[in-house]
Amino acid sequence: MSAPYFLEHIWLIPLFPLAGAALMLFFGRRLPKPAISTICVGSVLVSFIYALGAAVTLCSWPAESRSFEKILFQWIPAGAYHTSAGLLGHFTADWGFLLDPLSVVMVLIVTGVGLLIHIYSVGYMAHEGGYYRFFGYMNLFMFSMLMLVLANNLLLLFVGWEGVGTCSYLLIGFYFHRKSASDAGKKAFIVNRIGDAGFLLGIFLISATLGTIRFTEIPAALLAGHFAIGAGVLTAATLLLFVGATGKSAQIPLYVWLPDAMEGPTPVSALIHAATMVTAGVYMVVRNNGLFRMAPFTMEVVAVIGAATALYAATMGLVQNDIKKVLAYSTISQLGYMFLACGVGAFAAGIFHVMTHAFFKALLFLGAGSVIHAMSGEQDMRKMGALFRKIPVTYRTMLVATLAIAGMPPLAGFFSKDEILGRTFGVNHLLWFVGWITAGLTAFYMFRLLFLTFHGHSRVSHEAEHHLHESPSTMTVPLMILALLSIVGGWVGIGGRFEKFLDPVVGRGAAVTEGAMAPTTEYTLMLASVIVGLAGIAVAWQMYIRNTALPGRIAASCGALYRLVYNKYYVDEIYDAVFVNRTKDLANTLWAFDAGVIDGAGVNGVGFLTRLIARISMWGDTWIVDGSVRVSSRLVWVLSFPVRLLQTGLLQSYLLVMVVGILGLFGYYIFLFRH
Amino acid sequence: MIPTTHYLYLSLALFTIGIVGVLTRRNVIVMLMSIELILNAVNINLVAFSRAYGAVAGQVFAIFIITDAAAEAAVGLGIILAFFRNRETVLADEMDLLKW
Repeated sequence: MSAPYFLEHIWLIPLFPLAGAALMLFFGRRLPKPAISTICVGSVLVSFIYALGAAVTLCSWPAESRSFEKILFQWIPAGAYHTSAGLLGHFTADWGFLLDPLSVVMVLIVTGVGLLIHIYSVGYMAHEGGYYRFFGYMNLFMFSMLMLVLANNLLLLFVGWEGVGTCSYLLIGFYFHRKSASDAGKKAFIVNRIGDAGFLLGIFLISATLGTIRFTEIPAALLAGHFAIGAGVLTAATLLLFVGATGKSAQIPLYVWLPDAMEGPTPVSALIHAATMVTAGVYMVVRNNGLFRMAPFTMEVVAVIGAATALYAATMGLVQNDIKKVLAYSTISQLGYMFLACGVGAFAAGIFHVMTHAFFKALLFLGAGSVIHAMSGEQDMRKMGALFRKIPVTYRTMLVATLAIAGMPPLAGFFSKDEILGRTFGVNHLLWFVGWITAGLTAFYMFRLLFLTFHGHSRVSHEAEHHLHESPSTMTVPLMILALLSIVGGWVGIGGRFEKFLDPVVGRGAAVTEGAMAPTTEYTLMLASVIVGLAGIAVAWQMYIRNTALPGRIAASCGALYRLVYNKYYVDEIYDAVFVNRTKDLANTLWAFDAGVIDGAGVNGVGFLTRLIARISMWGDTWIVDGSVRVSSRLVWVLSFPVRLLQTGLLQSYLLVMVVGILGLFGYYIFLFRH
Repeated sequence: MIPTTHYLYLSLALFTIGIVGVLTRRNVIVMLMSIELILNAVNINLVAFSRAYGAVAGQVFAIFIITDAAAEAAVGLGIILAFFRNRETVLADEMDLLKW
């Protein structure tokens, strides 16, 4: 029996942006800007509508059976084999789509926030060159991301994974005439690739052990294989998958590409590096939560790295002067929170934070873009100030976002961050403490950003001052919608409604720790989160409004520490020296070998030998073959000398010879007949 | 009677003079004359033997030879004349066009 319309046609959701991208590829150059905007924004709009339809349809079903799989065709066919765990496996990768509560949340975030960012980009990129290229890449990204979240097996997810990585590279390096931009694009893709190697190995290990890579079949395979909790193969496989996640979601040690990725246009930073692509790692971990739950060591690793990254990135965000770099480190830090949540088993909380973070982080980036647009391209906060009267809509929406990320109730960030901190406290107090301190630091540096940009004395240059204006409505309306979402987005989590919604996907372990916390502990923790947030705001207010000389004095007094943090702990330099330059050396050595030995001795050598042999052959031909011809002719000439002398042409010599001959004959016959 | 050998000696002498003349003289007309001398020596030889054996054949053959000598002299002089018209010379050692 055929499924309802929106579920049956779920494959159209990624298809619309793909069609948009294809149209841009073939015709984009010749189309006028309004046509490009209509096609590309329209494709995302239609995808969003279909996603809404699919979500509504799925939610009309009873909670236990909210899982729908639609397979378009078999991509890589099955081959039966016995896995290392004794299971009968069959490797099938289909082009299939899975819709369940988790993918519903993700697909709505991707299409919804994506739609708002596309609309914003129409205004932001209005005066830029390469308009069709931008929207084509953005649509291609939407296709890849949607394939990633809707995939029904690990391999198809990986296809989307790689696709978003490629689009990230293309969009970071959008202004490819700038060397810094193209370098940043390369860095993002290469660092990502390192993670992808781990991810692929993880997929192979899962396929070899469980015999399947389909999400719907993995839980059954886990049961059938009778794996012990903490089994070696599962730990190895999940660690490898997590390596992939650290690359895509910018955790330690593969986070270095994200700050550089700010070279791309601001809508790119908002969509890819805040709301969607970087959350792909979190999504992948949550999607495989069954596997991760069977590997407690990996969960510890995930939680520790998440917490450490959160704190580490927050420290670097404290001292950055570029408005987008602060937001980049903030993203890394918030992603750390999401992985912390996954690591302590609160997968639903992690996804909740993905959702709220998408709202306020996209808003922050788009707002920053609006500020940069108003400041005619200036991104350094030291050259801003007192902008709140000049660009009021941008200011108010960014204020909402900053309050949200600082975890102020009743905005979205409070609910999700508090959920995470609460669940963490139930598992490990130290991790909770790290998360709590990071929350304070987050509030501090975000309000530092707000105060430096919008308040205080104006440090704006004169030329920028003339062009200071609020952004067009195509940019401000998405800001307002995202601000609304940042306010109400967290309310779906009240009363555990969001958790219950995701239960079928991440459920099993939730019941264990859910009721474990006493209400008083819970409220105390909530209060602690709010207090640390307010403390951060207060310190920022002191340093950037009341006593603006204070930051400079603090920086001067702990000069070495300040420089260390400002230079991002020199991690980029260390990576360069240890990995990048060694790889370049290897590449140069191989190149020298190729040019010197293979090209030199090999190709050139063979050529040289051939010419040498040709020379020898020529010598042989000239001196031996032709020589023998010449020798023979000269021999004839030499031998003819005596003979020639006989031909005098003189009659009398001929007669003489004749007479001598006759006399000889006479003498012979006379002597013969003598006796 | 005169013994036959006397005639033979005469014939030999004339023949030798003729041979030597052909071989040694430069002027081709003198060479032709020497050839005539050779032929006449042969004639004497033939007639001598004809007288000695009473055979007429010798004398008949001598008449043949005289005729032939005349024809030959005519042709030879014709050749010499033709050559002279081209090369302006009657000296044998200047007629060396057939040399290598």
